[in-house]
Amino acid sequence: MAAEAKRNTIDIGGGGDRPRLFLALGVIAVCALVAGAAAAIEEKVAPCYTCHGEQGVSPTPEMPSIAGQPAYFLLIELFQFRERQRDIPAMNEAVKGLSNDEIKAMADYLARLAPPKPPVDSADRARVERGRALVAVHRCGFCHNPDFSGGEQMPRLAGQREDYLRKALRDYKSGARPGYDPMMAIVLYPVSETDIDDLAHFLAHLAASDRR
Amino acid sequence: MLAFARRRNLLAAGGVAGFILMVSIAAAQQAAPLPPGSPLIGRPENNPAAAKLAPVAPPPIPTAPDMLPTAKLKLPEGFKLEVWASGIPNARTMRLGDKGTIFVGGRFAGKVFAVVDNNGKREVKTIAEGLHRPNGLALHNGTLYIAELAKISKIDNIEANLDNPPKPVVIYDDLPKDEAHGWKYLGVGPDNKLYFQVGAPCNICMPSEAHAQIRRINLDGSGMEVVARGIRQVVGFDWHPVSKQLYFSENSRDWLSEDIPEDKLNRVTQPGKDNFGFPFCHQGNVADDQFGWGRSCDEFTKPLALMGPHSAVLGMRFYTGNMFPAEYRGAIFLARHGSWNRSQKIGGDVVVVKLNADGTVKSVAPFITGFLENNNYLGRPVDVQVLKDGSMLVSDDYNGAIYRITYGR
Repeated sequence: MAAEAKRNTIDIGGGGDRPRLFLALGVIAVCALVAGAAAAIEEKVAPCYTCHGEQGVSPTPEMPSIAGQPAYFLLIELFQFRERQRDIPAMNEAVKGLSNDEIKAMADYLARLAPPKPPVDSADRARVERGRALVAVHRCGFCHNPDFSGGEQMPRLAGQREDYLRKALRDYKSGARPGYDPMMAIVLYPVSETDIDDLAHFLAHLAASDRR
Repeated sequence: MLAFARRRNLLAAGGVAGFILMVSIAAAQQAAPLPPGSPLIGRPENNPAAAKLAPVAPPPIPTAPDMLPTAKLKLPEGFKLEVWASGIPNARTMRLGDKGTIFVGGRFAGKVFAVVDNNGKREVKTIAEGLHRPNGLALHNGTLYIAELAKISKIDNIEANLDNPPKPVVIYDDLPKDEAHGWKYLGVGPDNKLYFQVGAPCNICMPSEAHAQIRRINLDGSGMEVVARGIRQVVGFDWHPVSKQLYFSENSRDWLSEDIPEDKLNRVTQPGKDNFGFPFCHQGNVADDQFGWGRSCDEFTKPLALMGPHSAVLGMRFYTGNMFPAEYRGAIFLARHGSWNRSQKIGGDVVVVKLNADGTVKSVAPFITGFLENNNYLGRPVDVQVLKDGSMLVSDDYNGAIYRITYGR
């Protein structure tokens, strides 16, 4: 695109058409900047894929998929890792020294990736139904959206890895994961570990709308 | 920060159409009460506007000074509001040092800040970090006390050591470690003891003997006593300048309904004996749908005033300064952080509570409004602090800013 713009200007403009030349040079500069920024952000998020999977969809047990999560949620998590409010050395190291603008750009980029699809393996119908009843009782959809696509600081739960959901919910309940806001600790106070397992099974097998 | 502001506007615009529908659904729900625990309580399903009724988390990054909502904030005639300091992540609790330093704590930054005035320019210094929800701060004889989620510590002679402060020394840690309502408010009473609360570890549950109470300890951490019980969560208190009685704000339970129960303003008249009713009785006259059976609200100390459902009453101070008109002297300024568990948000303001001679409440009226616009927050007030010249600071954890209110002159 940049090369095309340049050629056009030279063909049409000639020596006297200064404003058009400047405009064209401006277009080239902006294109180069945008391309540069895109390359820079892709370079920044590339290391994420080593653990969180290609394009942010995780194939690894207890490792969350990060693709298609709400940008605000991702920003908060990156912030918490940078500030060492969540103590996971690999993550603390990965975001060390990044600026507010950098973590914000990373969050925005990852939020635009296609969210994970639920696993193709057959779900246990009875557990899915138990999970469906539990999300109604505990009003999970109130914050995470009725289709569990998440929004603002609330993560997308639909299609997340089941083993990761199980771990995250247990960690919120035990206090091992403080959360940004203690809301999850409040919500999980009366929820048993068996119920957590059913919730995770149900949510992992849900396909949510793609709200990117 | 631009993006945050833009997104909020967008949500506001997009939500209006659906919002009218949602309110009518909510009204229908109130007309025919749902069974206790019904997932429909308070929240219409499959409604795009309703998806924005979730708890509101403050952005982790403070708002740029030129994006602060000061132009939209309204005060009574003669009062003026200006930005006093900005760029303080999650600015919540404020305390004033003898030399004029403002200390700021909060829930999300893990830090305590000191704001000093350098010839009219405010400088923000980090004086402690790596803390776990350091929301409680108190100052007494030059010592800064910090209440984290599960411990209380101190730094002596803090204002002489702002540039090179020593690490806080723990004085008390016999505390539950629950995240839920675990963050503390802290103050030194007229009896020279440290007061703080241990909230209920839940929205609604039967709390243990160690929860749902206000405690006091000596300044060295010894001699713990329970001052009052039956309290769900407190994030603000102060002592009456004349009677020296403890007044505190209390957040009531969620999910019972849109309009009940209301948050409370309480007063301790019988230290060690007062019980404010949680989890049996809410707002002084509503028995809990689960724990209230066989109990009566008459067993418990009544609130002084009801402060609005889900309004999240937080920081409060008695006004003892001289700058504001005489009618405000001895009144309570109280920040309402604003609701989340309600279709039509309320709060997001600072109210003034005027008292009768016997210490009961004469009136509650808005003082600063405008933080709430089209059912979205432009900011959320948390704490108030009167300065020596009689002007008053208000913290806003949503924007990471502190405003100063002056009168006349």
